[in-house]
Amino acid sequence: MIAAVNQGANSLRPGRAQIVFSGVTLNLGGKAILEGISLDVKPGEFLCIIGASGCGKTTALRLAAGLYQPTSGTVAFDGQAMLAPRRDIAIVFQDYGKALLPWRTAAGNVSLALEASGMAASQRATRIDELLKKVGLPNHAGKYPAEMSGGMQQRLQIARCLAQEPKALLMDEPFGALDAMTRQGLQDEVLSLVHASDATVVFVTHDLEEAIYLGDRVIGLLPHPGRIGIELQIDLPRPRDQLTTRENPEFLRLRRELFDFIKASEA
Amino acid sequence: MIPERIKAFLLPISILALLEIWARAVDLKSDSLAPPSAIAAALVKAFQDGSMLTATRDTLISAFTGLSIGGAVGLAFGIALGIFHIFDRLMEVTIESIRPIPSIALLPIALIALGFGYRMEITIVAFACVWPILILTRAAVGGIEPRLIEVSRALRLSPADRVRKIIIPAALPRIFLAFRLAAGIALIVAVTVEIAINPIGLGAAIMTAQQALRPDLMLAYLFWIGLIGYLLNTALMLAQRHLFGRAALVGDSA
Repeated sequence: MIAAVNQGANSLRPGRAQIVFSGVTLNLGGKAILEGISLDVKPGEFLCIIGASGCGKTTALRLAAGLYQPTSGTVAFDGQAMLAPRRDIAIVFQDYGKALLPWRTAAGNVSLALEASGMAASQRATRIDELLKKVGLPNHAGKYPAEMSGGMQQRLQIARCLAQEPKALLMDEPFGALDAMTRQGLQDEVLSLVHASDATVVFVTHDLEEAIYLGDRVIGLLPHPGRIGIELQIDLPRPRDQLTTRENPEFLRLRRELFDFIKASEA
Repeated sequence: MIPERIKAFLLPISILALLEIWARAVDLKSDSLAPPSAIAAALVKAFQDGSMLTATRDTLISAFTGLSIGGAVGLAFGIALGIFHIFDRLMEVTIESIRPIPSIALLPIALIALGFGYRMEITIVAFACVWPILILTRAAVGGIEPRLIEVSRALRLSPADRVRKIIIPAALPRIFLAFRLAAGIALIVAVTVEIAINPIGLGAAIMTAQQALRPDLMLAYLFWIGLIGYLLNTALMLAQRHLFGRAALVGDSA
């Protein structure tokens, strides 16, 4: 329902950006982490950020989340400066094991987001069931995170983020710690969840193929200090498919281009 | 399982038996030692005439009231210092200069200010209990997984909810450990104050027995204090395992 309304609004203003970085520089401890980042992310866009390790990908994501404040420049969301985190921006951390509350069950962890938004206790149970079903954990409501596999824990964290009904979903190498098969399954699930919710996604990854497979656009950062070095529009047809998309000559061309970029940035 | 438990009691029981045999063999007459059978008889008699229960009640009231007051103060300050680094820096010198004072050294001042009785003893026990709880709570809160704090920020939890739903549950297993340590300290300090000066409780009862040249009664009290300490620790350990088995496990593996 809400998604449909958003879609209507988006199509009325197709050019208006939702997340805007204008000349963002961040220094931490006297060291420039990011320098002069300017970036527009359109509503509903799936943007992937890649780069060599230590290039500031995660830092950029934290700025978008409002967890960090830029040293200079501004980060804005829906036209408002990001001075603090917002409940309609959800962040999925890479280390799901640390981001989940070990003393709460799966249902309890999802409930935390609903409690934060002030939902009445009587309405939570139904919503929790819906969300756990959505991420493929319908029978695990009573389990504790420690009793779940890595893939399941990451699904649970995604469910908690979806409970925020986010306009934007920020994902920090969410599948980096998972095995290849689990990762591919989750990539497709994220694509279909995002498609259904119409949320904007900023997805940080070090896996170039993952970035091309998922994204509408891929941005590559150069390290020391982090700045934008490459920007590629991904026009591969959707829905994407783990076999045919990855065999598409355009996919291979983009992969080559990003690979060369990373190699050059590390040289 | 059961044979293991029996094994643990094997050594103390044989020592007691040997002591009894030795005491009878040498026909023990001493101001400081007594055969186990005489100690047991004195213990039973002290229970029968009610003096043991009165003394136990007085000591436990002082110990637990002091533990509650000191624990509450230590917990509140520990959480505040763990959360607000400025507050921590501000209090550091003050805390580190008061903390090394042995609680018993406060006895002369407490005696003048509060006189004999519960109030003085509770104050000293509370002082002794503040520190382990404050220090360990501060460490527990400071050591909370930073990602959890970020989650609470991203969800925009209110400060009260952040403390109630994230910080306290995350720190609780370690806070409980601090409480268990403090409970032991409370009992030790209460009995020490009673032995030193306060004419109530188990400590004073030991002194009375000593002055009456009753080693059997003195050792009966000693045995009883040891048993109380043992039971207290066992109960708290069981509670710890039941309450935090899972959380403690996760905390360790992380």
